Amino acid sequence: MSKKVRLMQGNEACVEGAIAAGMMFYSGYPITPSTEIAEISAERLPRIGGKFIQMEDEIAGIAAAIGASLTGVKTMTATSGPGFSLKQENIGYAAIAEIPIVIVDVQRGGPSTGQPTSPAQGDMMQAKWGTHGDHPVIALCPSSVKETFDLTIKSFNLAEKYRMPVLLMMDEVVGHMREKIEIPDSSEIEIINRKKPTCSAEEYLPFKPEANLVPLMADFGTGYRYHVTGLVHDETGFPSNSTQVADDLIRRLMDKVEVNKADIISWEEENTEDADILIFAYGCVARAAKTAIKMLREKGIKVGLFRPITVWPFPEERLIELSKQVKVIIAPEMNLGQMVLEVERLCNKHTKIERLNKVNGEIIYPEEIIAKIQEVL
Amino acid sequence: MPSQLVEQYFRADNLPQIWCPGCGHGIITRAIAAAIEQLDLDPNKVCVVSGIGCSSRAPGYLDFNTLHTTHGRALAFATGIKLANPDLKVIVIMGDGDSTAIGGNHFIHACRRNIDITTIIFNNNIYGMTGGQYSPTTPKFDKGTTAPYGNIDKAFDVCDLAGAAGATYVGRATSYHANMVTTLVKNGIMNEGFSLIEAISGCPTYYGRKNKKGGPVDMMKWQKDFAVNVTAAARMTPEQLEGKFLIGEFKNKPEPEYTKEYQRIIDSLKGSDV
Amino acid sequence: MKMKSISSNEVNHGKLIINTEWCKGCGICTAFCPTKAIELIGEKVTVADIDKCTQCGLCELRCPDYAIYVGGKKNEQKG
Ligand SMILES: Cc1ncc(C[n+]2csc(CCOP(=O)(O)OP(=O)(O)O)c2C)c(N)n1
Ligand code: SF4
Ligand code: SF4
Ligand code: SF4
Repeated sequence: MSKKVRLMQGNEACVEGAIAAGMMFYSGYPITPSTEIAEISAERLPRIGGKFIQMEDEIAGIAAAIGASLTGVKTMTATSGPGFSLKQENIGYAAIAEIPIVIVDVQRGGPSTGQPTSPAQGDMMQAKWGTHGDHPVIALCPSSVKETFDLTIKSFNLAEKYRMPVLLMMDEVVGHMREKIEIPDSSEIEIINRKKPTCSAEEYLPFKPEANLVPLMADFGTGYRYHVTGLVHDETGFPSNSTQVADDLIRRLMDKVEVNKADIISWEEENTEDADILIFAYGCVARAAKTAIKMLREKGIKVGLFRPITVWPFPEERLIELSKQVKVIIAPEMNLGQMVLEVERLCNKHTKIERLNKVNGEIIYPEEIIAKIQEVL
Repeated sequence: MPSQLVEQYFRADNLPQIWCPGCGHGIITRAIAAAIEQLDLDPNKVCVVSGIGCSSRAPGYLDFNTLHTTHGRALAFATGIKLANPDLKVIVIMGDGDSTAIGGNHFIHACRRNIDITTIIFNNNIYGMTGGQYSPTTPKFDKGTTAPYGNIDKAFDVCDLAGAAGATYVGRATSYHANMVTTLVKNGIMNEGFSLIEAISGCPTYYGRKNKKGGPVDMMKWQKDFAVNVTAAARMTPEQLEGKFLIGEFKNKPEPEYTKEYQRIIDSLKGSDV
Repeated sequence: MKMKSISSNEVNHGKLIINTEWCKGCGICTAFCPTKAIELIGEKVTVADIDKCTQCGLCELRCPDYAIYVGGKKNEQKG
């Protein structure tokens, strides 16, 4: 099997992963530090018969991607902080209308224009709560170039499988860093496509869920003429004022993720078997954590890493287990404490939790993590 | 059994519409369906997209591939649909607020791209759905719930706006002139490019009441009496045209269409992916 | 998707068919009927004199609720 090894940037790996997953449509608006994702998509897509369009703003970027998805193609849009804010309304639309789409946020310093070229992890809670109303969320967080490739594919697979928007929460470091990655042969890549109806058009109920709570999705233009709305709707797709219908719909949307958690959630552990100190880190910070662990282990300090790969839904159970084993959890984040809120909520009965936060536009260095650990020991 | 047109192109189970008695939106929606009937389009290939507002509820009553999106964003969703699958005939329905306030940016850019979408703006000069606030097309000095002392904003001429922004087919009719709506929509659909049809609608409930325009019949009579066909207007004096508004076809100037241009790029790159 | 077929309160007057359930009584059809063949009674459209109806179709064209339409060949072939 031919394996291609290439040196590439995280943002490029995102596009390569998307194309490997079957992306045929990209619409977006340029913004640092995500712009390369648009530029590379513009270059690559027409070569494979796909489409790229630069829209007038980020709202239009996600809207066009949702529209395109309804015709049966896999679509993506990428942005950073300010653009992620603008996309929120239509993220909710994709959630309630159950339209697969991948949204990439290459995080930079905020709020507002903030620090356009600096890395941050300030949008982690926005990923969960950014759009109004109760809605399901799947958000993945890569910490290397190779993982960006893999998680972009996974994002598409989850979006297709669960008919919902999936967020890929990168950061400036991962987006712009260059690493050698091995691109697997397409035969080795698992690709999931949305399930389409096979029944007659007369029998098709566009929002009637299958056993896994996900309805079958017909492409626009294939004879299943149906209605899609952001209003609460029943199985026919038409708006409904029934309290029962509203309750059933919102609960089912949430349950799509809740019930299928085991299939969705993933995390990485390193040196946790004997650890009595646990570093909780994700994205580029997890890289510093790994270096810190290596240095501390050399000194005989038993430190381990827990790295959520799906940040939403959060890998609760395993973290709780580990919290019973360790004396302290150190949570370094490039924000003033976001995912640590989950750690505290789940683990503060079992162990001590120490925050380490940075919002000055710099990355967190291994030495800073080591210093924090030495301070609390 | 409703009329054949309704039977064939509407989701009759969802009728009657939620609209108020005498709302012009129902008349215009029917006129659009009539255009589709006269062109004998395959309903499976027709896609009707709307934003949010009273007017944007129209697609729910029409038996095509229908998409009711977010306020102002219909054209952005529709652009994605059309570019992803140019075989679909894409029709967009928006209100005046939907299209020219919150959706103004998407509107001018869809015109500029000349993407093959036929857009019908149901212009009732007011925000109907939210209860009668003034919109970017509310005439100066008219009233809305948020313009209790009269609107001091200057109104947009939606057709001028579309033409200047690059739409290649532009026309205006009214709910009274429903057959003209049908003709313009037909021409718009046949135009390979972005077409804008402004359909003057009546909102008796809010615009009519707030501005003492009378009921649905009075509002239709006003349309009948004050509309002047653009061809007739050419022979009229400014005095004769005082207080009147123009209807008819304003622009029909085909230019290269967006999705065709994109396909040209794809074709030129064939076999070049390495 | 299959919609259940509607059974509505339709009255077939030959030249005209009226769906009283859908009629919202706006008065547009009666105001613009060139022959005054129809009238509003109790907020519903009714036939005043069917003989006057020329089947010009203007009522059908302008009824916002599709509650009135001309009968005969076109609309009756299926029902
Ligand atoms: C983002 C957002 N802002 C505001 C609203 C509230 N809203 C709904 S419809 C509407 C205006 C409708 O007016 P118009 O587009 O003219 O359509 P009409 O109802 O008159 O047909 C507004 C402001 C909304 N739904 N979404
Ligand atoms: S509020 Fe106005 S625009 Fe809305 S349905 Fe009623 S009459 Fe029509
Ligand atoms: S078809 Fe013409 S004449 Fe007959 S009722 Fe209707 S408007 Fe009047
Ligand atoms: S126009 Fe239609 S809704 Fe209005 S009165 Fe006549 S039949 Fe009834």
